[in-house]
Amino acid sequence: MSRILATAVCEFRIALRNRWVSIATGMMVLFALVLAAAGSAPTGEVGVDRLSVTVASLTSLAVYLVPLLALLMSFDAVAGEVERGTLPLLLTYPVSRLQILLGKLLAHLAILGLAATLGYGAAALVAVWTDPAAVEGLGALWRLIWSSVVLGATFLGAGYALSALARRPSGAAGLAIALWLAAVVLYDLALLALIVTDGGGAFTTQALPVALLANPADAFRVFNLSAAQAVAAAGGIGGAAGAIPLWQSAASLLVWPLAAVALAVAAFRRVTP
Amino acid sequence: MTPTLTISRLTKRFGDVEALQDVSLTLMAGKRAALLGHNGAGKSTMMKIVLGLIPFDGGEVSVCGARPGSPAARAQVAYLPENAAFHPALTGEEQLRYYLSLRGESPRQAMELLSRVGLAHAARRRIGTYSKGMRQRVGLAQTLIGRPRLLVLDEPTSGLDPVSRRDFYDLLDGLSAEGTAILLSSHVLTEVEARTDSILILSGGRLVAEGTLAALRARAALPVSLLVRPAPDHAAALAAAYPQGLPGEDGVLRLTCAQADKLPLLAGIAALGTKIADLDVIPPSLEDIYSHFSRRDGQ
Repeated sequence: MSRILATAVCEFRIALRNRWVSIATGMMVLFALVLAAAGSAPTGEVGVDRLSVTVASLTSLAVYLVPLLALLMSFDAVAGEVERGTLPLLLTYPVSRLQILLGKLLAHLAILGLAATLGYGAAALVAVWTDPAAVEGLGALWRLIWSSVVLGATFLGAGYALSALARRPSGAAGLAIALWLAAVVLYDLALLALIVTDGGGAFTTQALPVALLANPADAFRVFNLSAAQAVAAAGGIGGAAGAIPLWQSAASLLVWPLAAVALAVAAFRRVTP
Repeated sequence: MTPTLTISRLTKRFGDVEALQDVSLTLMAGKRAALLGHNGAGKSTMMKIVLGLIPFDGGEVSVCGARPGSPAARAQVAYLPENAAFHPALTGEEQLRYYLSLRGESPRQAMELLSRVGLAHAARRRIGTYSKGMRQRVGLAQTLIGRPRLLVLDEPTSGLDPVSRRDFYDLLDGLSAEGTAILLSSHVLTEVEARTDSILILSGGRLVAEGTLAALRARAALPVSLLVRPAPDHAAALAAAYPQGLPGEDGVLRLTCAQADKLPLLAGIAALGTKIADLDVIPPSLEDIYSHFSRRDGQ
């Protein structure tokens, strides 16, 4: 455990020096504040407190931003050590590859947690300031923060796996962007296209819930929207959230990080320095 | 007493290339062995196998009684890679604190270790600003953590100036006196000459020679050179006495002979008396011995 912590402290320091902490936090705060300002119109009509509406908007933001930040922080994790030539020496130390990855994961999760808390927190402050009744939505905000960290863990693990498979930072960066596009953007576009052509048939009722649970980003969106019962406030794919029981989206959200980290460790073990 | 490092009949292939063939050696506690060889002779490959970084195809390797790369072996082995590299964003002190934590030692020793390699003044600067020699010192400092039983040093003095090299070998002397076995590779033959207990010469993946410098010298049986300077006006007489000699500058005559013929030849030259102004005996250098062994095989 002390080796994991030592690695985490070292990685956090590196991220701090490389401005990753300020970039991640700055991006989150900026986007959250923009959303909070833009999302102030629909209150009242929806009939829920202002913070819950903000959380619904923030969920849509987090689906894109959290995986992107996670992949940007993680693609260099193994490939960078290979390229700098620091990996052989590190692997002669009495520390396992699992411990090295867990240390990096801990540091990167701390950064994501910090960025999510400050970013969403800023938006929440705006909501509560303009509508004191919004404190009712604090539970939804807390759920959004921890589920963002869990979603981040999935994409951090995937980023480490790609980093170990590519072994060169440039290749790993390309793979990371490709994964982000496929998992977060194209996947939903494909589902939307299928819904439109299906016209409410078997695909929409049978296959769509499974397809949403199979993608960690969609599971995250479904989980937060159905938990907040804010389905009405969200359009598009999120509208299907009502059909999926909460425990299923929660299970998908929690199983994905384990699978991604297991994949990362398996890929890292195959790297010979 | 069991050896710190035992390698027997080690074989390693990269595709069709035999990187190491049938290499055997033992290294006892407190002994220093120098691994010599051309680029691509298999030195780094052998070191990486000893460290457990890469697998091998045949033979047996035992490091401190354990399998190479196992937690027990890694806890007792320290490594200095060729061109030691570190994260440029960390300071020397932070990097060493991290390595100390990984070995289960107190991070507070970081400054003391940096002082031992003469880097205390730069401890709080980022490694990205260090010169190659300074990075090499950080690499050296991390090998001193927690009294390792085996040190594996790949070209440890590359990038160090001559004074630092001498300090470096003084550090090694101290470690070996405490019982640490040291396996190092080097291109600079003259510096390993005086500072190691045995010399191993790898060529084309084979161990072509092993032993003390004196033993290797005897085995190679290379000719000895004698430089004879004649007294003024006696150059012609000297050249006539030794027609096999090669005349050089200032009438100096270069004679070569086998080790066994050295004393009779010296006696003959001494008998010329006042016709000789000076005489130098030049034994074969370590470079000569090294090329003799590494050329004979596997080229």
